[in-house]
Amino acid sequence: MSAQDTMPSEIDEIDQTAPEIMTGAEIVVRALVDQGVDTLFGYPGGAVLPIYDALFQHDERQGANNGLKHILVRHEQGATHAAEGYARSSGKPGVVLVTSGPGATNAITGIVDALMDSIPMVVFTGQVPTHLIGTDAFQEADTVGITRACTKHNYLVKDPADLARTIHEAFHIATSGRPGPVLIDIPKDVQFAKAAYVGPEAARPLHSYAPKTKGDPAKIAEAAAMIAGAKRPIFYTGGGVINAGPRASELLREFQALVGAPVTSTLMGLGAFPAADPAWLGMLGMHGAYEANHAMHDCDVMICVGARFDDRVTGRLDAFSPGSKKIHIDIDASSINKNVHVDLGIVGDAGSVLEDLIAVWNAAGHKPDRKALGKWWAQIDAWRAVQCFRYSPSDAVIKPQYAIERLYALTKDRDTYITTEVGQHQMWAAQFYRFQEPNRWMTSGGLGTMGYGLPAAVGAQLAHPDSLVIDIAGEASIQMCMQEISTAVQFGLPIKIFILNNEWMGMVRQWQELLHGQRYSQSYSESLPDFVKLAEAYGAVGIRCDNPAELDAKILEMIDSPRPVIFDCRVEKAENCLPMIPSGKAHNEMILPTDDADLGSVIDAAGRKLV
Amino acid sequence: MTTSQPASAYDMPGAKVAESTATFALLVDNEPGVLHRVVGLFAARGYNIESLTVAETDRRAHTSRITVVTRGTEQVLEQIEAQLSKVIAVRRVQDVTRDPNGVERELALIKVRGEGGDRVEALRVADIFRARVIDTTAQSFVFELTGAPSKIDSFVELMRPMGLVELSRTGVLSIERGAEGM
Repeated sequence: MSAQDTMPSEIDEIDQTAPEIMTGAEIVVRALVDQGVDTLFGYPGGAVLPIYDALFQHDERQGANNGLKHILVRHEQGATHAAEGYARSSGKPGVVLVTSGPGATNAITGIVDALMDSIPMVVFTGQVPTHLIGTDAFQEADTVGITRACTKHNYLVKDPADLARTIHEAFHIATSGRPGPVLIDIPKDVQFAKAAYVGPEAARPLHSYAPKTKGDPAKIAEAAAMIAGAKRPIFYTGGGVINAGPRASELLREFQALVGAPVTSTLMGLGAFPAADPAWLGMLGMHGAYEANHAMHDCDVMICVGARFDDRVTGRLDAFSPGSKKIHIDIDASSINKNVHVDLGIVGDAGSVLEDLIAVWNAAGHKPDRKALGKWWAQIDAWRAVQCFRYSPSDAVIKPQYAIERLYALTKDRDTYITTEVGQHQMWAAQFYRFQEPNRWMTSGGLGTMGYGLPAAVGAQLAHPDSLVIDIAGEASIQMCMQEISTAVQFGLPIKIFILNNEWMGMVRQWQELLHGQRYSQSYSESLPDFVKLAEAYGAVGIRCDNPAELDAKILEMIDSPRPVIFDCRVEKAENCLPMIPSGKAHNEMILPTDDADLGSVIDAAGRKLV
Repeated sequence: MTTSQPASAYDMPGAKVAESTATFALLVDNEPGVLHRVVGLFAARGYNIESLTVAETDRRAHTSRITVVTRGTEQVLEQIEAQLSKVIAVRRVQDVTRDPNGVERELALIKVRGEGGDRVEALRVADIFRARVIDTTAQSFVFELTGAPSKIDSFVELMRPMGLVELSRTGVLSIERGAEGM
């Protein structure tokens, strides 16, 4: 009889008699299995060796393909971003295992990123043994102290008897309500100590934690009536719709069809509503579409679903959509009235509230005001005619916008997932890559973390082994977590790194041009590596392209490669990302590409002080 | 446009609106770090803490009670309540100030040094406020006074010209009138 055959029956027998006693490390592994975790991103070290030993023994007993795969990253930041990419592309929590001290502190950036973007994540950190805590022991850091401000919740487990329950609770908190990162710090002695295991069902529910998912029916009825009475309505949707699951995106489409209003979305919400739909206005905000921002400014009823009125979206607050009644649907009560006062706040899950809104709309026999909508759409068409994303094409040099357009054209009929780093390339990707489905777009929105995209692509590829996963990157950002290409090579993940290489930290350069008198302080990407040779050194494929005429063929070569690829796409160096709402300005004061010559004079002293 | 100068992108509408004081009573899990979660939230989001009290209140239920007095506009106070409610270790949040049944009390120890008429007058005022004398020397008194924070403020102001030396206050405690618990 093989080990695989004996284990389950043994567990069943023990379950019926007495609680299973096992070490803390074994409890961690068992709890991961019971939580349905199939992928674990981690890096070993002194304070987590017992857990790594338990993983090794689990593999020995269950075989290498036992359903719990450990992905060895090259830096703990990579583990957290990979977990984010995995989580956002699959809807399941991302799980991270790192050691104490530097292992934990290296993971912080990804934890904050997950907090800002509401990504479900459970992070296990090793800690020095309990009797050494507070002695400045080797690789000791006050991990729970450091992460208290950047997790949804965190734990230091000092009693092995609490461990199993704590882990199950952590998964529940990370994945329910407004999702977020939860960290469990486990001292090494607790990993060795024996205790009883309890399963997810037996874990005692929390007395105080009960996220409200169902919206208030009276408010939903009021919202439906407000929307029905609107002459210039708009949907402003965000990452909350994606987090609410694929059904929420379907419900958004259904409700939009009933209401007939245009739809815009935040960076985080792209894909919830199909870009191919005629009602799609494009992304809003600082680098959003002219038509989306103007429609937001002039609407009379704003239906905000799962977005949080971020400063990149609102621009100047006292001139933000001044004439509208605002409805805000959000699972996080603290998001409502935080930045912008709304007329009707509904606390609840985006999917649940949209479902109720549709039911109420139909039951009440609401009909949109077709005549008013006709005028509204005519106005929107006038804004669309401005063609805010137009750029001067070139035969001599690859325009970054053209590169994304071609990437989109050549990948749109495939099963594609896109991640990005942060900067100009990210905004061009958001403007020119057209998303039709949720969970296809992974980007660092709230924290704006350069270095996010490559490890996130690793995570997304693991969640979708047969799909095409592309990290649209810049030559500066990519160097922040470059080492994770090694992870991709080790695990045979054929991710594609598509670098828009303009030899500048492009967004920094653009701001220095606009705001700091073209004094380009430290923003030139000096001493760049040869990305083709770098790819080859890692055992990946390197491709370079600097000729627009060769771009399509080389993109296809990249897509068709069964291996990880680094694509060095040499683009126009001085291109600015437009349109743009300058700092301190309102939605209807966008700079268009035609205003390019006069950019320096647009932003005044007060605007220069903003980020 | 309402003004010629662009406002900050982070300007809150109504930021110029009058501020008021509010007292929040929190029932929290009695676990290490819970006070830091609450205080850290105030620090990270730039809210003021005017007073803070914390003590275990029910060992079996594993709860402590934190009472925090803060100041802000209506919008900020609403945010504070919502943010506090989000903390996993916080079981209940009650806005005592806006609750008509809320009762607030504070205890203060006040040291006054003086001679002659000041000394007599200090004792007389203490009597009016029903403050207890808990220590006396030939030159000084230590008074113990319990009451609403405003009562303590008044008493302290009266003591100031009579030789106020030192003041120690517990911070505000609160409870709701009636038979129901939090």
